[in-house]
Amino acid sequence: MEQAKEVRLTPIRNGTVIDHITCGQALNVMKLLGVNENTVCSSISIGMHVSSKELGGWKDIIKIEDRELGENTADKIALIAPDATISIIRDYSVAVKYKVKLEDKVYGLARCSNPNCITNKGEPVIPEFSVVSKYPMQLRCCYCDRILIDIPGHLM
Amino acid sequence: MDLYDKDVVSIKDFSKEDIEGILDLSEQMIPYAKGEKIDRTLDGKILGNLFFEPSTRTKLSFESAAYRLGCDVIDVSEMSMTSMAKGETLSDTIRIVNAYCDAIVLRHPSEGAARLAANCSVKPVINAGDGAGSHPTQTLLDLFTMRQAKGTLDGLRITLVGDLKYGRTVHSLADALTMFGVKLTLVAPEGLQMPQDTIAHLREKGCTPTVETNLENVISNTDILYVTRIQKERFPDVSEYQKVAGSYRIDNNLLREADRDLIVMHPLPRVNEIAPEVDSTPHAKYFQQAFNGVPVRMALLHSVMGGEF
Repeated sequence: MEQAKEVRLTPIRNGTVIDHITCGQALNVMKLLGVNENTVCSSISIGMHVSSKELGGWKDIIKIEDRELGENTADKIALIAPDATISIIRDYSVAVKYKVKLEDKVYGLARCSNPNCITNKGEPVIPEFSVVSKYPMQLRCCYCDRILIDIPGHLM
Repeated sequence: MDLYDKDVVSIKDFSKEDIEGILDLSEQMIPYAKGEKIDRTLDGKILGNLFFEPSTRTKLSFESAAYRLGCDVIDVSEMSMTSMAKGETLSDTIRIVNAYCDAIVLRHPSEGAARLAANCSVKPVINAGDGAGSHPTQTLLDLFTMRQAKGTLDGLRITLVGDLKYGRTVHSLADALTMFGVKLTLVAPEGLQMPQDTIAHLREKGCTPTVETNLENVISNTDILYVTRIQKERFPDVSEYQKVAGSYRIDNNLLREADRDLIVMHPLPRVNEIAPEVDSTPHAKYFQQAFNGVPVRMALLHSVMGGEF
């Protein structure tokens, strides 16, 4: 079973593998990282709804060739995929591997869901949230106190 | 707590001891608020009163509090009279006003505006209500009125009735009451009950409120009945407002079922949720509550602009 999964997504020579992404969040991860056809010159492979022993069900996986994600950038993923792992691949080998981690405060990654929040009124302010819960992910706006639950729907 | 040069943005920033300290100082301010004694502690200071939403009690009581302490006031009463009408951001407006005064009182229609202003300002900012969000000075004067009437806040049976969804006073008040071990009951029409995340927050702080739609069911088990207006201006759809307007009316007939020493409070303005016949009963404390805005805001201005309490 494991072998069959590997066949679906070809190993990359150099780049980043984002594994154990919460099932269904691969495209949001791409959006959050700003990874698209304009920012990457090499191939991107996306596996969605792939079986996962670790997560006990299904997961998504992304392989980005010729780009190494920095740790700060990768940690943003924890907002929507708190169990994701990052592997930096060099010459087909895993050079660095770590699990994403979420800080207590989140800056400039999501918009407040309250349309009347001052952060949605054209002020020069970076939205700021404190993490209320990771499972399920809930953020509290530091300005209006509204709890944000639909995080994929409010990514900046 | 030393409030000197500090912002007053949310009641959540205060501990129980902080609140009790402010209420104690407010008690001392009463003869000064009535003009029976004179205090010029803030002589030479200037307060910037920025009200971007209509207000009678909050604005005037802040002005009265400032003048009673010898502080001058500059003010804005309408957004249309400022450069915000030309597109200036609140952030810039606050930075500009910083140059003209020693502290800022802000009322604004957007939630979180006071927090933003506090972040932009080098002078202390006092939140006088931000949209449907916080109204911490109203909360303090509400607590002061309750303690004045009952002698303590601990363990009171308090019923909040009316618009608990959009009413900013009840959100701040409920939050503060969790510190005093009160028995809280929330009475609101369908669709105007307190938001679930606010109720969840109250539970996290150890207060599990009883949720009701029928006021008659709880009136006999209440020490303090805190009534709020159903606010037409907060409804996105007028037809939704019309469905719930007039859901509750406090009159002498209802109060016959209440304890003799039950008090009725209201942040005002009222429309028709409290019958005028209640005004002359010992239950009515809402005009006293409106007066209490002066000593409580004097205590805050004294602490923020003048020094320790």
